[in-house]
Amino acid sequence: MAQDNTLMALRGLRKSYDTQDALNGLDLDVYKGEFLTLLGPSGCGKTTTLRIIAGLESPSAGEVYLEGQNITQLPPEKRAVNTVFQNYALFPHMTVEKNIAYGLQMRKVPKAQIAVQVKAMLELVQLKDYGKRLPSQLSGGQRQRVAIARAAILEPKLLLLDEPLGALDLKLRRQMQVELKKMQKQLGITFIYITHDQEEAMNMSDRIALMRDGRFIQLDTPQGLYEHPKSTFAATFIGETNLLSGKASAVKDDEVLLDIGGLSIPCMSSDWIAPGEKLCLCIRSERLHYGPSAPGGKSMLRATLTDSRYAGGERRTTFLLPTGQSMVARHTTEGEELYAPGTELCLWWNQDTAVLVPDEGGQFA
Amino acid sequence: MKQHDLKQENKSLLTVPMGLWALLFVGVALLYILALSFLNRGEGFSAQGPATLDNFAKLASPLYFKALLISLRLAFTTALLCLLIGYPFAYHMARAKPRTRTWLMLLVIIPFWTNALIRIYGWKILFSAGGPINQTLLSMGWIARPLKLLYTDFAVQVGMVYAMIPFMVLPVYSSIERMDWSMVEASRDLGASPFKAFLTVTVPMTLPGIMAGLVLTFIPSIGLFFLSDILGGSNTMLWGNLVNNELLKSRDLPFAASLSVVLLLLTGLVILLYRRVGGKTEEMVF
Repeated sequence: MAQDNTLMALRGLRKSYDTQDALNGLDLDVYKGEFLTLLGPSGCGKTTTLRIIAGLESPSAGEVYLEGQNITQLPPEKRAVNTVFQNYALFPHMTVEKNIAYGLQMRKVPKAQIAVQVKAMLELVQLKDYGKRLPSQLSGGQRQRVAIARAAILEPKLLLLDEPLGALDLKLRRQMQVELKKMQKQLGITFIYITHDQEEAMNMSDRIALMRDGRFIQLDTPQGLYEHPKSTFAATFIGETNLLSGKASAVKDDEVLLDIGGLSIPCMSSDWIAPGEKLCLCIRSERLHYGPSAPGGKSMLRATLTDSRYAGGERRTTFLLPTGQSMVARHTTEGEELYAPGTELCLWWNQDTAVLVPDEGGQFA
Repeated sequence: MKQHDLKQENKSLLTVPMGLWALLFVGVALLYILALSFLNRGEGFSAQGPATLDNFAKLASPLYFKALLISLRLAFTTALLCLLIGYPFAYHMARAKPRTRTWLMLLVIIPFWTNALIRIYGWKILFSAGGPINQTLLSMGWIARPLKLLYTDFAVQVGMVYAMIPFMVLPVYSSIERMDWSMVEASRDLGASPFKAFLTVTVPMTLPGIMAGLVLTFIPSIGLFFLSDILGGSNTMLWGNLVNNELLKSRDLPFAASLSVVLLLLTGLVILLYRRVGGKTEEMVF
């Protein structure tokens, strides 16, 4: 990887509380100007990671590097890193202006210059007329923008954002996602963004680091993570996936025959697979098609339609395989053909859209 | 609906005993003192008409003005010392682990369960010429003769701070304890040193507790007469001592009442000031 392009790096980062391990040896390179998201369920260690990068907590082992310099022991005020806190942590006794000016004041920037910069920042976050208000007089979305302005005005090399949109309603959240992304490009600051919302991660990130139990499960672009999950956890945490677990029965070059309880499914895999290995086939629900017959050259299964539901512009159809497993297909309702429950149909998919991953015992399926 | 209203009515009935108590023993008593202050001294331990302003005219002398200034100054230094000692204590108590916190809290509260007079006599023994403090200093060879500790302003000041400090620690503790620490983290993150963060965030955010503590220590300090009686001898004349003397030694009921009225007005003034400065928060104690 391009060493000169690395802004921040984590090496062997560990954190334990009493006997509990919160972080189990993290290695990460964050590149200049990128929008990296730490995605994972609550308790996976993403906030701890962020707090260690900010200097608010110290790791039990491992180092944090910023532009090649080891900053592990530096207190938060000495790091060119700023944080947008989950609850915004705006100072309730200061006006919006004073909140935004706080960091510059700590740097002893001349007053006149602070005033100019605060004004420009208020304009950037579209709060021009709100400078004299107290945080308690603002809406959630406005507070959120003040929190970003307060951190961004210091032009940090790295801006850390801890679920900044978590408290907002869905509509405002989507709007803020676009604004945040735009702001990041405008400011040219590298973002590390925390969320447990996969849709948010997908929409905004250049790269996503998927976390579980204090480890990185997969570090990839949103598309890479969605199209080529490397574990059942990655496949099921993001999007809706049908998992078929079985054993590799015949392997020839990149072609694998997966045996799922008596049914043999031809699959493709670029990884080396040993015959008899336990595997899971992941098929995205929107890539699973059905009909009276399958077009030639496609993988197919016969299954019985058990349920069909209209879900706002799309239809979710559930099938039961002869093996007892069920599968879900999701499609736009435009020009659909309807089948009654109990109908036996062909399920089919393009082989290159189905991914084989190691079977981890089905604990996350 | 009707039943609900009835319940509400029943509930407010429960406050009647308290209301009666306050009316009788606070309201009526205060009015009685106010009325007394406008009367003349009667036969023995009584008061008689006609109404007059003589008592208050007598108060206008520089002698009483001086006693008032001394009392206010002592109350002020007491409140300030309580803040300087109590704030760090409350801070560490709020930041301590729950187990340690319980012990520290006990340290503050246990003295409450012992009679105040007895505790002050304890100080008297500590401060006396042959007391533990002097004994220790003598045996260490740091002093040649026992220090005069008892019956000094110093002894009164120490006793005052000792008696008042829980009233500072408790409100300050409660406002530190409920503070959102992410604010301090945010300030550090934005470049503030630990001390700068304390000054610009922790102190302003715990100001309601500080104000409450100052008022709760300042007001009683003006009137704490028995403390200066025991630890200050007759050297320190505080406003509370004046009331006590007029009442129990001179047996001048109306004049003692007028001294009390001044004290009441002062207290009211301090509370008014507090409401102006520390107002607008839900942590008000008055």
